[in-house]
Amino acid sequence: MNIQRIQTVIDKEWAEVFKNRLVLFTVAFLPILFTILPLGALYGTRSAGGLGGGTDLPPQFLAMCGNLQGSECMQYFLLNEFLILFMMMPLIIPISIAAYSIVGEKTTRSLEPLLATPISTVELLVAKGLAATIPGVLATWIGFGVFLLAAPLAGAGSNVIRQVLNPVWFLAIFVIGPLIAILAVNFAVLVSSRVTDPRVAEQVSAVIIVPLLAVLFGQIAGVIVLNVTFMLVAVAVLIIIDIGITALGARLFQRENILTKWK
Amino acid sequence: MIHTDGLTKTFGEAEHANTAVDHLTLDVAEGEVFGFLGPNGAGKTTTVRMLTSLIAPTSGRATVNGLQVGRDDQAIRQTVGLLTETPGMYDRLSAEKNLMIFARLYSVPDPAASVEKYLKMLGLWARRQDEAGSFSKGMRQKLALARALLHEPKVLFLDEPTSGLDPEAAKLVRDFIEELKTEGRTIFLCTHNLDEADRLCDRVAIFKTQLIKVDSPANIRQQLYGRRVVVHLAAPCEPAAAAARALPFVKEVQAVDNKLLVALDNPEADDPALIRQLVEAGAAIQFVGELRHSLEDVYLQLIEGAA
Repeated sequence: MNIQRIQTVIDKEWAEVFKNRLVLFTVAFLPILFTILPLGALYGTRSAGGLGGGTDLPPQFLAMCGNLQGSECMQYFLLNEFLILFMMMPLIIPISIAAYSIVGEKTTRSLEPLLATPISTVELLVAKGLAATIPGVLATWIGFGVFLLAAPLAGAGSNVIRQVLNPVWFLAIFVIGPLIAILAVNFAVLVSSRVTDPRVAEQVSAVIIVPLLAVLFGQIAGVIVLNVTFMLVAVAVLIIIDIGITALGARLFQRENILTKWK
Repeated sequence: MIHTDGLTKTFGEAEHANTAVDHLTLDVAEGEVFGFLGPNGAGKTTTVRMLTSLIAPTSGRATVNGLQVGRDDQAIRQTVGLLTETPGMYDRLSAEKNLMIFARLYSVPDPAASVEKYLKMLGLWARRQDEAGSFSKGMRQKLALARALLHEPKVLFLDEPTSGLDPEAAKLVRDFIEELKTEGRTIFLCTHNLDEADRLCDRVAIFKTQLIKVDSPANIRQQLYGRRVVVHLAAPCEPAAAAARALPFVKEVQAVDNKLLVALDNPEADDPALIRQLVEAGAAIQFVGELRHSLEDVYLQLIEGAA
């Protein structure tokens, strides 16, 4: 594996993709929005004079509150509802970048000259994958960091902040986030092989957000509680899916397939 | 430099299989400009893709610069340059940045110097900071040529290098190819422009899924039509035609208006005697020249024959 070639392709991807205002907007706007939303909700609870005692919360969730008092437990419940947003970031941002980087190269016919260089298929796939994954994961981590710093200002008590720094959030942000990004990139590769318009690729790839939305609604309905067990199961499932979809993506991303079978 | 032996490429499976290249066997010598001519869909681009290790042959063997297709693919891609039929650029990046990316991918020892060399050579240095997307088609083609040359490849594959260019831009590209020829590079040129092939190529292959003919344009002409001298006379002169027919080396004489078309094997040797004979027979000769069939005539005849 030639690191210089991988780095060159990543530099190229970022130089080109981030000159696209639509992609730049997605990468910059989403983390800002998804960080402000939970902070705004927290601030809202403060101006509303706090929340109730939390007795209406699902019993499984109450168990997660530990020593938190009623209103703090309610704040923590509220923040947990927004945790899904931090898992959506590493999904949506890589999809946008990958869709534009792969389909964009197809439509501008710049992929064949790139394939004619000595870069190996694995190097190219790794470079394209990293170029799409890194901004998504970094934006998530930065957004989470900003959220943690600003949460006290928005009214979160120190006990709530401490509770947020638990394994559930750690797994969500630092393990599930990157796994979701890998899934998103490879899914975008699969979709990109069948479409010729970056916007269509982005829209079709966005289907992958559906399972996350299901988790969000399940959580709101009290059917799903994002606890450590759920997160560990999610990590295991994601690893299996990632291995499968990466193998499929690598098979599709062969020179011959790209030049002769991709639409 | 390039050798193929029964090179075949088939797409699809079983009854839906489509053979794009069928048992192609040819040799291209080092330093040769080799024209690869054929109609659309003949398999030219597929052949180039196989020889540049972009796609694998279904059967047969090919070596490029001593490296075997299918075994030494990465090394082949390192030593060949490819100008694709529609050479895409990174339109939002500058011309210089476009080339720097490829210089690094080819591990060029001094990328900046190489980029500068080719931007200057192709007259793009002043526009190096401009986005490639703002370039005219001719400038883009020159930029693509520079990209194909950055790593100083010994073998260069050019797929329709002047396609869609205006005459001025096409001439610039053609002149540049001639310059490359003097550097001793082996050039494999796919083109529909038969005049261009005639001017640039040492040998041409007429190809339509299978190889129809391969030789120098002059030899192919001679094999198909023989050689003919056209003698323009001031007025029709039947005694001159008869005198020409009497010469032992003359194969055929046709009198058309005030012209005589004389078929010869070796005009360089036989023309002086022919002209003397015609003058002695009373012909008032205005001009003498060789009747050349265009490569287009040759191409069309061979392609139609193959069909």
